[in-house]
Amino acid sequence: MSTPVIEIRELHKYFGDLEVLKGIDFKVDEGEVVCVIGPSGSGKSTLLRCITRLEEPTSGTILIEGEDITDEDADVDALRTKIGMVFQQFNLFPHLNVLRNLTIAQRRVLKRSKEDAQAIAREVLERVGLSDKIDEFPSRLSGGQQQRVAIARALSMKPDMMLFDEPTSALDPELIGEVLDVMRGLVDDGMTMMVVTHEMGFAQEVADRVVFMDEGIVMEEGPPAQVLLDPKTDRARRFLRMVSEK
Amino acid sequence: MALTNRQRKKLYRSLMYGIVVVFAVVAVLFADWDSIRRNFFNTEIMLDMLPEVITVAARNTLIYTAGAFTFGFILAMFLALMRLSSIGPYRWFATAYIELFRGVPALITILLVAFGLPIAFGIRVPGGILGTGSVGLGIVAAAYMAETLRAGIEAVPLGQSEAARSLGMSGGKAMLFIILPQAFRIIIPPLTNELVLLLKDTSLLFVIGTTPLTKELTKFARDFMALSQNATPLTVAAIVYLMITLPLTFLVRRLEKKAGAGRRGATDRTTRKKRKTVEAGA
Repeated sequence: MSTPVIEIRELHKYFGDLEVLKGIDFKVDEGEVVCVIGPSGSGKSTLLRCITRLEEPTSGTILIEGEDITDEDADVDALRTKIGMVFQQFNLFPHLNVLRNLTIAQRRVLKRSKEDAQAIAREVLERVGLSDKIDEFPSRLSGGQQQRVAIARALSMKPDMMLFDEPTSALDPELIGEVLDVMRGLVDDGMTMMVVTHEMGFAQEVADRVVFMDEGIVMEEGPPAQVLLDPKTDRARRFLRMVSEK
Repeated sequence: MALTNRQRKKLYRSLMYGIVVVFAVVAVLFADWDSIRRNFFNTEIMLDMLPEVITVAARNTLIYTAGAFTFGFILAMFLALMRLSSIGPYRWFATAYIELFRGVPALITILLVAFGLPIAFGIRVPGGILGTGSVGLGIVAAAYMAETLRAGIEAVPLGQSEAARSLGMSGGKAMLFIILPQAFRIIIPPLTNELVLLLKDTSLLFVIGTTPLTKELTKFARDFMALSQNATPLTVAAIVYLMITLPLTFLVRRLEKKAGAGRRGATDRTTRKKRKTVEAGA
């Protein structure tokens, strides 16, 4: 069996006295799509942010393709280039146009040539359907378009996996679809993905595995049909009922 | 009959205009216009000051300003980054520096650099008045600019550095390519204000002892006043200062208006959505 793309062992995270993650053990295999659901404050986003060490884990081990990112000698910057990260608030660079948003890290981190970086930028921009916006500045784009550019920016690094932190939560309802469409495209291309989301329909449709988190632990995990339609725990049942009533 | 609200407002406005008219009439009737013209707007003396007031005095003022700003800005850059450093001693040093030089008159600092250092250690800043003045004024300006810079860096949303780091950029690269360019945009207006203050503070450099060729505007005007026994040189100096500072302050106002509009446009979606619901509810 090949090494998992992401492997988390006994992950604990405290914010001050508050224990946000209470011992997470978790794996994502190559090509797998994992959706993480759960009430707000359950630690989903913290888990995702620990994987790229945007948050410092208090204890535990996180292996990225077998390499320990929590190790003191780990080259975190190099490991991060393998992990595409998409944020709820898009976080595009407002002082750079779309093309430069997509090329700056390619050039400055991966040291790709200008021609290569721009060719890749054009290619990923086409994948998210925004080739015509290449010269625009982020402030001139809709929220949905900004998030698609953010996805393209992450893809331009040619990452081995993509992490999504509630990618549609900041969007107006009519703009959610276009972002989910782009993400479906990635699933079809076989990208390894971990998605923190409230879009249950999307999770059911694309996930290989759904993880339900509550109060800092993984309460339930399994195929979407099992976790979403026939949950074993009361908490998961209650959460899913509340979400469906919305 | 009681006055309506509208009538009362009208009466109040007329009264205010009346006061202005009274003052204007008094000023016109009783002021010694001839003396004012002779002592403050003497064209003969004005012409005498040309061209040196521009070619020497204003030029020197601009050169000293540029020198002090350049030195001060570079120093401020280091101080701001130290102030934000995670290493305690750096932070403490920067804080102490900023508090010290903001709390002490600029004149003291200039005297310290010009005379204190040579007396105590035999250290003389090279470059004559330009060198000494740039360092003296720059040390003070750096304290103010460091705070402006720090505020600018902190005003850039945390998500920007998170996005940059997630793309594999080191802390330094994220600062250089993502944070600082945005911080500079934010601080251009306050920084221009500091440039104006600095320009006016070059008038303090007279204490270093200037020669006819190194005089800045204020010293030039003062000497000319002593020579001509007339206040016109002060008027001229003031006009020349305004010719430099007014365009700068206008520029700041325009930039601030533009930045305001830009930031409104960039309001993040959640707040905008919230506002929409509020409007819908109203």
